[in-house]
Amino acid sequence: MLGKLTLSAIPYDVPILVGTFIGVAVVGIAVLAAVTYFKKWGYLWREWLTTVDHKKLAIMYVILGLVMLVRGFADALMMRTQLALAYAGNPGYLPPHHYDQVFSAHGTIMIFFMAMVMMQALFNFVVPLQIGARDVAFPLINSISFYMTLVSAILINVSLFIGEFSNVGWLGYPPISELQFNPGVGVDYYIWSVQISGIGTLLTGMNFLTTIIKLRAPGMKWMHIPVFTWTAFFACIMILTTFPVLTVSMALLALDRYVGMHFFTNDGGGSVMLYLNLIWSWGHPEVYILILPAFGVFSEIAATFSGKPLFGYATMVIATGIITFLGSIVWVHHFFTMGAGADVNTFFGIMTMFIAVPTGVKIFNWLFTMYKGRVRFEGPMHWIVGFMITFSIGGMTGVMMAMPAADWVIHNSLFLVAHFHNVIIGGVFFGYVAGLSYWFPKAFGYKMRDVWGKWAFRFWFVGFYLSFIPLYAVGLEGMTRRMNHYDNPDWHPWLLVACVGVFVLAAGLACQVIQFVLAAFDAVNKKPDALDLTGDNWGSGRTLEWSIPSPVPHYNFARLPVIRGLDTFHIEKELGRPAPVSELEPIHMPKYSAVGPVLGACGLLIGFALVWHIWWAVVVGLVVAFFTVVHRSANLDVDFYVPVEEIRADEEAFARRLAAAKAAE
Amino acid sequence: MSYDATHAPSAHHDEHEHHQQETTIFGFWIYLMTDCIIFGTLFAVFATLCHHFAGGPTGKDLFDIKNVEIETAILLFSSITYGFASINAHKKNKGAVLGWLLLTFLLGVSFVVLEIREFNELVAHGAGPDKSAFLSSFFTLVGTHGLHVTIGLIWMLVLFFQIMGKQGLSTRMQTKLTCLSLFWHFLDIVWICVFSFVYLGSVV
Amino acid sequence: MKRLWRFFPALPALMLSGCTVDLLQPAGPIGEGNRDMMVLEWAVMMCVVVPVIIATLVFAWRYRASNTKAEYLRNWSHSNKIEVFIWGVPILIILVLSVFNYKSTHDYDPYKPISKEMQAKVGAPDAKPLHVEVISLDWKWLFIYPDLGIATINELDVPTKTPLDFRITSDSVMTSFFIPQLGSQIYSMAGMETQLHLLASRPGNFQGEAAQYTGPGFSDMRFRAIAMPQEQFDAWVQNVRSGDNPLVAKEALDAQTYPKYHTAPPAPHDEAPKPAPVVYFSSVQSGLFEGIVAKYNVGMSHEDHGKDMGEKSMNMPAESHEAAPSNTGM
Repeated sequence: MLGKLTLSAIPYDVPILVGTFIGVAVVGIAVLAAVTYFKKWGYLWREWLTTVDHKKLAIMYVILGLVMLVRGFADALMMRTQLALAYAGNPGYLPPHHYDQVFSAHGTIMIFFMAMVMMQALFNFVVPLQIGARDVAFPLINSISFYMTLVSAILINVSLFIGEFSNVGWLGYPPISELQFNPGVGVDYYIWSVQISGIGTLLTGMNFLTTIIKLRAPGMKWMHIPVFTWTAFFACIMILTTFPVLTVSMALLALDRYVGMHFFTNDGGGSVMLYLNLIWSWGHPEVYILILPAFGVFSEIAATFSGKPLFGYATMVIATGIITFLGSIVWVHHFFTMGAGADVNTFFGIMTMFIAVPTGVKIFNWLFTMYKGRVRFEGPMHWIVGFMITFSIGGMTGVMMAMPAADWVIHNSLFLVAHFHNVIIGGVFFGYVAGLSYWFPKAFGYKMRDVWGKWAFRFWFVGFYLSFIPLYAVGLEGMTRRMNHYDNPDWHPWLLVACVGVFVLAAGLACQVIQFVLAAFDAVNKKPDALDLTGDNWGSGRTLEWSIPSPVPHYNFARLPVIRGLDTFHIEKELGRPAPVSELEPIHMPKYSAVGPVLGACGLLIGFALVWHIWWAVVVGLVVAFFTVVHRSANLDVDFYVPVEEIRADEEAFARRLAAAKAAE
Repeated sequence: MSYDATHAPSAHHDEHEHHQQETTIFGFWIYLMTDCIIFGTLFAVFATLCHHFAGGPTGKDLFDIKNVEIETAILLFSSITYGFASINAHKKNKGAVLGWLLLTFLLGVSFVVLEIREFNELVAHGAGPDKSAFLSSFFTLVGTHGLHVTIGLIWMLVLFFQIMGKQGLSTRMQTKLTCLSLFWHFLDIVWICVFSFVYLGSVV
Repeated sequence: MKRLWRFFPALPALMLSGCTVDLLQPAGPIGEGNRDMMVLEWAVMMCVVVPVIIATLVFAWRYRASNTKAEYLRNWSHSNKIEVFIWGVPILIILVLSVFNYKSTHDYDPYKPISKEMQAKVGAPDAKPLHVEVISLDWKWLFIYPDLGIATINELDVPTKTPLDFRITSDSVMTSFFIPQLGSQIYSMAGMETQLHLLASRPGNFQGEAAQYTGPGFSDMRFRAIAMPQEQFDAWVQNVRSGDNPLVAKEALDAQTYPKYHTAPPAPHDEAPKPAPVVYFSSVQSGLFEGIVAKYNVGMSHEDHGKDMGEKSMNMPAESHEAAPSNTGM
């Protein structure tokens, strides 16, 4: 009846997990109780859970991303403390069986459920506003994307308390991820949560590519598209070309494990090298999928806070395109140590090095954006300066690893671990956090308290160097990644420093949480000076999203904007806004729908049932999903018109706020 | 505060409808491209593993080209019949659309039946997907195509009943028919590759 | 006090305090090559990175909003001169590095035997290579010396100044064979043979490790690589052969006894498996290595499946990947 699932799958003998479970249960029950007490279930369901509004989905993505950030961060804390302790005969407090799951979960969560989630949050919030669209091309599919991401994140967390998680790293290399060496359910949890979230990401990619190509406001030519949207465009192209490969890799691994096939097994003619090629031909573009939008965020911020247009806009777009192309043909540099011929290694090595060219160009572009500007160092701008310093160093070590003759000794070492954290934290994470603080007032109509953001930055910046410079050092001392304990006295002091560093990072994370809590507090208390009246919170916004009120009305634009060039809002501010040529018209909008949550529930059921071989539940999930889709396809009542009176009232309210803001000056 | 789209000024609505249909078809093209990459990857996997017989049978030992030729003919023919359905959809000829769809559906079903029979025979001869990497990749590639055809058939059935129902050949249904037609012809192209690379390639 | 010194993140201080920075203190020409490339790239890249960091800080300070004396070009966003510079300089640097990339990848190719020049440089131009067959197991390393008829577990003894020809495979999961101070690492994979050529130019006791995660016993899947002068090595070989050494197993290593050493003893869930002890074998069945590679390749039609598989198959996915889209008519 329940497949492989029995009571013994619950790890009640592991104190850390029991404690975590109690914590999660207490918080969970408190939240549910609060929602019930305040009678908010109806509101939650009508306004949020069934929403197809890209802005609300973005906020839900952010919440999910933050929760998963905390989860992944807890894993990082555990790893660093384990390695600070587990020296010279001391086994530490995490036996390999547990520790191995921790590092696997850390990687999987940080990439798929933190970074990818934050990226989709930014896509959702920013792209339609920047191109002057009222929603994405397929609003319902957008909601389904979110639910696929959400349930796969839930699935990976279920593995904490029911069964176990994968113990073989975030990419699940075979043959150790094969049934022969890994008969438990850990790898299955990994496969299905990655698979389901991958479907969500693919749908997001299709949706936003279509949106950017088809839904731009009248007059917005290709070279009028704001840089963030350009980076989203290229990231979507990479999602569409590479996520199918991930889907196939995971499916083949699952076929090996479930049906006894021989794609990657040791015996039966399977080929490990095939998996490495497949997974990295997704995995390497993946890091560019993550970093390109971060570059986009930095481009927007650099221009806004320097009070100048972005230096070399066209160059920036071209460089992004080149990175997209080169990023897709360098995957072999992840396994120069496989024994490929020198010519193959040289080709991939040199291609990899050449990525440094467009990336370097971008760094120079931001540099010259600041040059002869009036740079205001508000929260978001801190992150970009920190980024430029940190990312340059990460780029340097990246070029070092691109040379096979050097990579042969630093491959799989902590040097490598330090390198990719250098670019992922210093690039992707800094970028996304900067983006969150940059667009936060636009989303909520309230500002965050900048001082906490600045402290967060200081802790993250210092903490980063404390945590990862030591890892570069132990890497040079020959320490490989994923070790659980060690006895080399040279490594110990470095790992102690790294442990201190991760606690400094934790302080940074705490500041960010405080910043969000205080912002919510200010919003609830309607603190007047936290209000964003003008919609152009930073006073120097250049793109369309700053031309509309904050928070943004659900239809985004009362009148579709007419684009007059790059940085169209800036042009309007310079030349004056033209009088509206047309009367307000009713706006056609999609209705909210329960299809997303229902399909999400099906996805969760199917994923969980597949992990535990509960076949009837898989069938139930598929059948319910099928009838949901068919029902939806027969439903003609899916859209409505926003009446002119509502739009006019909103417009008048906005005009009053603008006037009030002007009077306050 | 708001009112239903169904009661909205109709000229407006048509314009939105038209725009939305165009976007839908474009989005569907993008989906097909990703599907193309899925098949491309599976072909690459097959190309890598197609000689890893692990002591098991080879394609030469197993494949019955006659049967595959019949399958190919059926699938190609079903593309033509779908084409007639499309033409009639443009002419708003509901009865003819339903007829051609039904014929296409039957052809598709017979293709799937033939494929299942072929798989059954292979398994019965001890050449199942767990026998060798070659057979794993063969079953996965061909099976994925078969799965797509099956999904296409289910979709066709749903459309069939929706066209029969009150929606008839509305713009929305026309768009759906266009998407399914893209899907169906795409599967045909994939099958031609399967036939040439997998079957002919293994036998020659 | 001495411990405290190590906290200073400065490499020279570290070296003085007696630490071994394996990758910067190599003990052979391959390791030196790896190091030289690393240092070269580091130095070249620093020429860009340092100015960029300085410029970032200088621009940030100089053009801060409160500094109203600084020039402000509110609409300036393009300059051909700067564009040429920011594209040109990185391209030039990468072109230069590419030349080094090409040369070093070929010179230090793990599959390429140690060159005569390298041998001449360490002062033994005519030394015959020593063959070692490496098998990674759960969670230990088995080294077979086919020419000498002996074998060891978790200890690799080699003569200095002698080219070392490793043939590597796995009889379990995939991992990577790595002696940091000697240089390059190469994967070990079941059913496949990979190759590695190293040379120890001076005596030493180096750490050797599995550089790819292998399961619960991974952290202790380590060995010592002991390089010693030829005479001492010969004496060690004699000692192992004679069986006098207490580490020598009572039995020969052959197809019958091999399974005993193949798997790790079961360990409880909440503990790390015990590290495997060092064992010597005074005699070893010839062809054991080939047998281990071959057992995963039963009935392979590929003639080259075992040999050179690394290189051949390696190329295959890459090629077919590029060819793939055209298969589907894209």
